[in-house]
Amino acid sequence: MNGYDFTFAGARLTALGSGALWWHEAGLLCVSDLHLGKSERMARRGGATLPPYETRDTLTRLAADLEATTAQTVICLGDSFDDPWAAQALTDEDRARITVLQAGRRWLWIEGNHDPGPIEMGGTHLSEFQQFGLTFRHIAQGEAAGEISGHYHPKATLRSRGRNITRAAFLIDSRRVIMPAYGTYTGGLACDDQALCGLMGPQALAVLTGPAPVALPMSR
Amino acid sequence: MKIPAQITEWFKSRGWAIHPHQQMLFELAGKPATLLIAPTGGGKTMAGFLPTLAELADGTHQGLHTLYVSPLKALAADIRRNLTTPVTEIGLPIRIEDRTGDTPASRKKRQRADPPHILLTTPESLALLTSYEDAPRIFAGLQRVIVDEIHALAESKRGDQLMLALARLQTLRPGLRRVGLSATVEDPRAIAGFLSRHPDPCTIVEADPGPDPDIAMLRTEDKPPWSGGGAAYAIPAVLEQVQQHRTTLIFHNTRAQAEIFFHNLWLANDEGLPIGIHHGSLDRTQRERVEAAMVRGELRAIVCTGSLDLGIDWGDVDLVIQIGAPKNVKRLVQRIGRANHRYNAPSKALLVPANRFEVVECVAALEAVKAHELDGDPRGPGPRDVLCQQILITAAAGPFDADRLYAEVTTAGPYAGLTREGFDACLDFVATGGYALRAYDRWQRLMQRPDGMWQLRDPRAAQRIRMNIGTIQDTDTLKVRLRRNRGGKPLGEIEEGFAASLTPGDTFLIGGQIVRYEGLREMVVEVTRRADRKPKIATFMGTKFATSTQLSARILDMFAQETWPQLPDHTAEWLALQREVSRLPERGRLLVESFPHEGREHLCVYGFAGRNAMQTLGLLLTKRMEETGLAPLGFVSTDYATLIWGLDAPTDPSPLFEIGALREGLETWLAGNAVMKRTFRASATIAGLIERNTAGQRKSGRQATFSSDILYDTLLKYDPDHLLMQITHEEAMRGLVDFGRIEEMIARVGDRIDLLRLSRVTPLAAPLFLEMGRVPVQGAAEERLLAEESARLLAEAGLA
Repeated sequence: MNGYDFTFAGARLTALGSGALWWHEAGLLCVSDLHLGKSERMARRGGATLPPYETRDTLTRLAADLEATTAQTVICLGDSFDDPWAAQALTDEDRARITVLQAGRRWLWIEGNHDPGPIEMGGTHLSEFQQFGLTFRHIAQGEAAGEISGHYHPKATLRSRGRNITRAAFLIDSRRVIMPAYGTYTGGLACDDQALCGLMGPQALAVLTGPAPVALPMSR
Repeated sequence: MKIPAQITEWFKSRGWAIHPHQQMLFELAGKPATLLIAPTGGGKTMAGFLPTLAELADGTHQGLHTLYVSPLKALAADIRRNLTTPVTEIGLPIRIEDRTGDTPASRKKRQRADPPHILLTTPESLALLTSYEDAPRIFAGLQRVIVDEIHALAESKRGDQLMLALARLQTLRPGLRRVGLSATVEDPRAIAGFLSRHPDPCTIVEADPGPDPDIAMLRTEDKPPWSGGGAAYAIPAVLEQVQQHRTTLIFHNTRAQAEIFFHNLWLANDEGLPIGIHHGSLDRTQRERVEAAMVRGELRAIVCTGSLDLGIDWGDVDLVIQIGAPKNVKRLVQRIGRANHRYNAPSKALLVPANRFEVVECVAALEAVKAHELDGDPRGPGPRDVLCQQILITAAAGPFDADRLYAEVTTAGPYAGLTREGFDACLDFVATGGYALRAYDRWQRLMQRPDGMWQLRDPRAAQRIRMNIGTIQDTDTLKVRLRRNRGGKPLGEIEEGFAASLTPGDTFLIGGQIVRYEGLREMVVEVTRRADRKPKIATFMGTKFATSTQLSARILDMFAQETWPQLPDHTAEWLALQREVSRLPERGRLLVESFPHEGREHLCVYGFAGRNAMQTLGLLLTKRMEETGLAPLGFVSTDYATLIWGLDAPTDPSPLFEIGALREGLETWLAGNAVMKRTFRASATIAGLIERNTAGQRKSGRQATFSSDILYDTLLKYDPDHLLMQITHEEAMRGLVDFGRIEEMIARVGDRIDLLRLSRVTPLAAPLFLEMGRVPVQGAAEERLLAEESARLLAEAGLA
């Protein structure tokens, strides 16, 4: 599988090129910030009517990762829906897609700032989740160890031979992992932003997503 | 009607006679549409306004009478000054005001409540006015509309938008009369069709073009460099010319070049001549200061770009210097007209090629001017992204009937041929998003009422629509300010892409000064002043034009000469050297050079098809190279050639140039490339899918916004026939892709392709290495680079 392997808090993890995090020993796949229903929410609030295909696209990519990993547990690390109404407004087709993905798997919805509280959707709804010393929560906390979070949508830029390559990125140091956003319509926050610099230690890596994920020292 | 006596008296008191074309326009004042073609300095503006002054002379008219629209804010302000003088001196009871993006909100509000007799404005400000519910009241008394510099507007979407706004005004005021003022153009009838209410006739009045300009190439001590665009070598000679003339306008093709030249000019300006700089990226107060100093005659020279292209009256300009090749003969002629505003006196102009290739281009342009050969390509039908915006603007003003709106839109020249199906597709897009998946039934933007009228679902959307009016889309820009405790002085704007490439400590030029990038705060670029002599990073990009077909043909014809007596020795020697080590491009053949340089393989294709078409060729060729495993890294295009670099040498590059295959692959290839994404971004923004301005949104940082590329990719995957994809395709074919000129090149070249393998960079290819605007190729090479670089950086940081 194309991915960047690393050991974190004793667990051997793989940052996949798709932006998902794979924990082989636990059979666990984690994705963050799916922002399903984003286009519906924008239109509802009187904004532009964006192409209404991003939920389908996000779920299709997730289906591909689930098939490749045969994950038994799935963690959606918060902001899975762009808001609680977006969850209700999903088309029957997209609901069916989620049900198919959930079949035969343990499915955990971690709540995020966009989707606080339980959502009318199968699976377990939690504010955070812990297993074998790893803590999965939506927003990183100041003091943390073995923490895996999302929320910031980090992206990183590599400058090489006169070329800037910017991609969504995992930020990894000895205490925490901050996941990139998985949703199709999600932007990114440059990893040299103060919010991210404050969270990550000096030895932090940025792992750029893409066909072959690569690690770089996180720029500041 | 006769010209009122007090007006003719005033002309006499000034020692002026009314020009024949001014008289003619006055006599034609009752016609529905009139187009005046006159050189700069021909009293064009006065010709346009004379009927208005006459009609308003008796003081009985109530409300707005004449609307004057120009492409530049500065021009509106300038005309207000110039018109106020005679009106005050004659004692006419006429109120004149301007209204642009720079007008304070309080004054705009008052203008809506109590419009002046004459309102001077821009296409965008006019479109905004028509979007208000009270538009019928604002325009209640309107009699005439004057469109200045219509030749420039007719080449852009701003002009298409203006003509749609005029169609709207004509519905409100059926007797509205239109006057267009144009510089010399190659096809006056096309402009006339653009201006008039379709199918009304348009009378064309052509003024005496005046004597031929006095135009030459500037002689310099130093030779122009092999490459580059700065023309720094010519600084002493230019300063000498500035000294010998009262006021000199120094034109540049891009803002970047203007900034660099101005900086160098100052470093060499030992005499301390008062010289200013003026371009569209500068902060408004800075621009206004330069404009005011210019009007007072305090400046000896002004370094400028297209922002001064149009007819602002700068008074005593007696010399125009064009730095860099003019790219287009028509624009050169129009620029030259800026010198010597006395009618019937020849304009004086000097061309300064920035490098040796441009020497050739300048000589070709000089020959074309002497032969009175103007160039230009006919423009296609009005683009539909502008129509989508027009539907939104109409909806913001109140409920509308689709049949009547269609009838109104097709009275605009550019949209005269629009089919009902084409219109309905735009209406459906605006109302529902127009997707194959009908997802927005509950949240449509426009709803049809039981009586059949269309209206905004959410009336608050009108405000968002108004905030996003306009078709100027080049780039997103960020404001630049000096870092102070509480926000320092604004200096101007830079492109977002350029800002993103800066790291703290980088120095660059803006407004003629060197500044140091300190950081980004709330989407404002903060800088500090630096006393360095050289900026670390040259500067941002600017608009680039493609060399016209006609000028390119002249250059190729010149290459075919045995010797070049009309060229300076240095350039003739350079061409001779190229002929010796390689070959010179020919009109009926395609020259392709292949050589290694600095560890990379290069391919240089001399297509002479203009910048946009050469860019497309670059994309097509790199796609084929990617497919054949040649790992191209990127390319850069100029008007005459495309230079491609990659990791591997093409052992047998001939398959790349199977032009039939190139053409076949165009459609599939078009879908995924960067040019299409750039075009999509512009069209999607104009059509209202992407909102540039949303109250409070920009401050929230970048996390919430995502790239328009994702929208493009999504549509391509799930809804490839969507209206915006069609529009993007149409736009790209005629604009950035310019496939017409590739086809022209294919027809010209046939199978006569000459491939030469050389050991190093050739004289003609050398300038390409310094070109801006490199296009990266996203492919295998990028992954290889990432892997290499990752290993190196991790090792360096001790993390491996």
